[in-house]
Amino acid sequence: MTQPVLEAENVVKELGKGAGKVIALKGVNLSLVKGELTLLMGPSGSGKTTLLSILGCILTPTSGDVRVEGESTAGKSPEQLAELRRKHIGFIFQSYNLFPTLSALENVRIALDVIGRKGYQAAQRAEEVLRDVGLGNRLRNYPSNLSGGEQQRVAVARAIAASPSVVLADEPTAALDSENGHAVMALLSRIAKEQNRSVLAVTHDPRTLGYADRVVRIEDGLIVGEERRPQGLDAPEIADLTKRRKVNG
Amino acid sequence: MILTLAFRNLFHDRIRLAVTLVGILFSIVLVAIQLGMYLGSSRMITSMIERSNSDLWITAFGAKSFEEGGILLSTRERHQALATPGVKAVIPLVVAFAEWRKPEGGSTRVVLVGTDAEDGALEPWSLVSGTWQDIKSPDAISADDTYFRELGINGIGDTAQIAMGRVKVKALTHRIRSFTQSPYVFTTLSRARSLLGAESDKATFYLVQLEPGADAEAVRLELLNRLEGAEVLTKNEFEDRSLRQWLFRTGAGLALIGGALLGILVGTVIVAQTLYSSTKDHLNEFATLRALGSSSGYIYKVILAQAGLSAVIGYILGILISLGILYISRNTPLPLVMTPGLAGALFGLTLFMSAVSAISAIIKVTRIDPATVFNR
Repeated sequence: MTQPVLEAENVVKELGKGAGKVIALKGVNLSLVKGELTLLMGPSGSGKTTLLSILGCILTPTSGDVRVEGESTAGKSPEQLAELRRKHIGFIFQSYNLFPTLSALENVRIALDVIGRKGYQAAQRAEEVLRDVGLGNRLRNYPSNLSGGEQQRVAVARAIAASPSVVLADEPTAALDSENGHAVMALLSRIAKEQNRSVLAVTHDPRTLGYADRVVRIEDGLIVGEERRPQGLDAPEIADLTKRRKVNG
Repeated sequence: MILTLAFRNLFHDRIRLAVTLVGILFSIVLVAIQLGMYLGSSRMITSMIERSNSDLWITAFGAKSFEEGGILLSTRERHQALATPGVKAVIPLVVAFAEWRKPEGGSTRVVLVGTDAEDGALEPWSLVSGTWQDIKSPDAISADDTYFRELGINGIGDTAQIAMGRVKVKALTHRIRSFTQSPYVFTTLSRARSLLGAESDKATFYLVQLEPGADAEAVRLELLNRLEGAEVLTKNEFEDRSLRQWLFRTGAGLALIGGALLGILVGTVIVAQTLYSSTKDHLNEFATLRALGSSSGYIYKVILAQAGLSAVIGYILGILISLGILYISRNTPLPLVMTPGLAGALFGLTLFMSAVSAISAIIKVTRIDPATVFNR
């Protein structure tokens, strides 16, 4: 059996205090393995982003445990959590979160700089991943000169530059048109398969279903369902299947 | 990448950069002027003592400064000093404020310095016209060419009256400034006594030269034992006393130092404000960095690099403007002084000021919640 790279065990997260306290996660169990693209889907306010933040070691659970490559995050300081992120996790954000004052190449290089990879080799690696995501001709362009799809591909390149075992994506297609959304999902799927990484994407975009190896559904802070991708179906067919399932209840 | 990001953040908003640089520049120029005035004043106050060829100064008890020593010492003290082991020579000097009556009417105050240059203790330097031999001629004095207007003269050959007698300008010095703004006028020892109406055996100071190898401190203590009503000071002690008198007892030094501190404070506040606002604008980027796994130290370095870059650019501009002001001030009554040490200290101060300014920005960044990256 494949060893999970990221595991959440009975994770509870309370947000706020007193009368305003909300239980965002009510005991979530989830394992991610390498080579899979997992989609985390659910309605607004279901706890998707909170779970993503906890899995990404950005937030800490109120109770329960998260293990990254077998290492528990319990009791770790913010600096130790940052170190775990540096070593094992790459992030892709809905709004790309690129540095507007840095070129595409520099945006990727800074992710390498953060983990201590500097100089010529870092520049080479940044160029390599940008070429890999199809931006070899846009290396010196600033985010303002890139389309939304291109910006998200820079963000993908930044997330994988340091070769993390897990890539977490928050609504990666939400700000993109259909064509670019498909391109980014195809890219994430390829990253999971060809580079043997675990990719988890939070989404409520049905267009993304076709690229998933696994779909996890969350509602009111609980995992309510999980399904494996039917082999041999292409993306539109899966989207259609999902629609039919919804209709049938 | 830290420097690249800091540089880009800084130059991304040119208006804010300009405000930051103006803050640093203002601070540097203000501090440079204040400290330049302080150094210039210090040099003026101590120049006569510094230029003297002496190991010890004998002054009347309580003498406040070079200009305010009184004419109280007599040959008795001189002979007692000469009889002290280790003393090679004891050279009298007469120094006093005196009234200078201008040839065209009106008067001003000068500091009359009576010395015998042959004794080798103190002589007018920077002579640009005339010689010591000219100053020895009847009624002769030397005046400084930067004080012509104050003295009401135009150059060599002009006459005036000092206290009780007529004098003739026979030599000119150049840029021997006086902190008191009363120009220094050199003449012979006997003529100074005569002009001031002092007795022929009186002196303001005795400049003591020691035998080679003599222990200055031992001689000083022995002189103190032998001389009643007199003080024996090293050059440094007398310089310090003169500085205390003119810079601190008059409050002038405190005003200069206060001005410099104000400059530092204003500069720090302006830089802190702009750096804080820049950090606030880039908070999402810092949160992204944090989410990507950067340590707090990495982010602090970016902010400090921004502060450091502002400091270097602001310093270069500030020091250039300060040097321009220094150049303009060279012919004024209070020329500013810039030394390599002061320039270095100003650079250190600029870096320190910028680092202090970064504290508020760093505190802001410390409170970043990386989870905000998901809320945009």
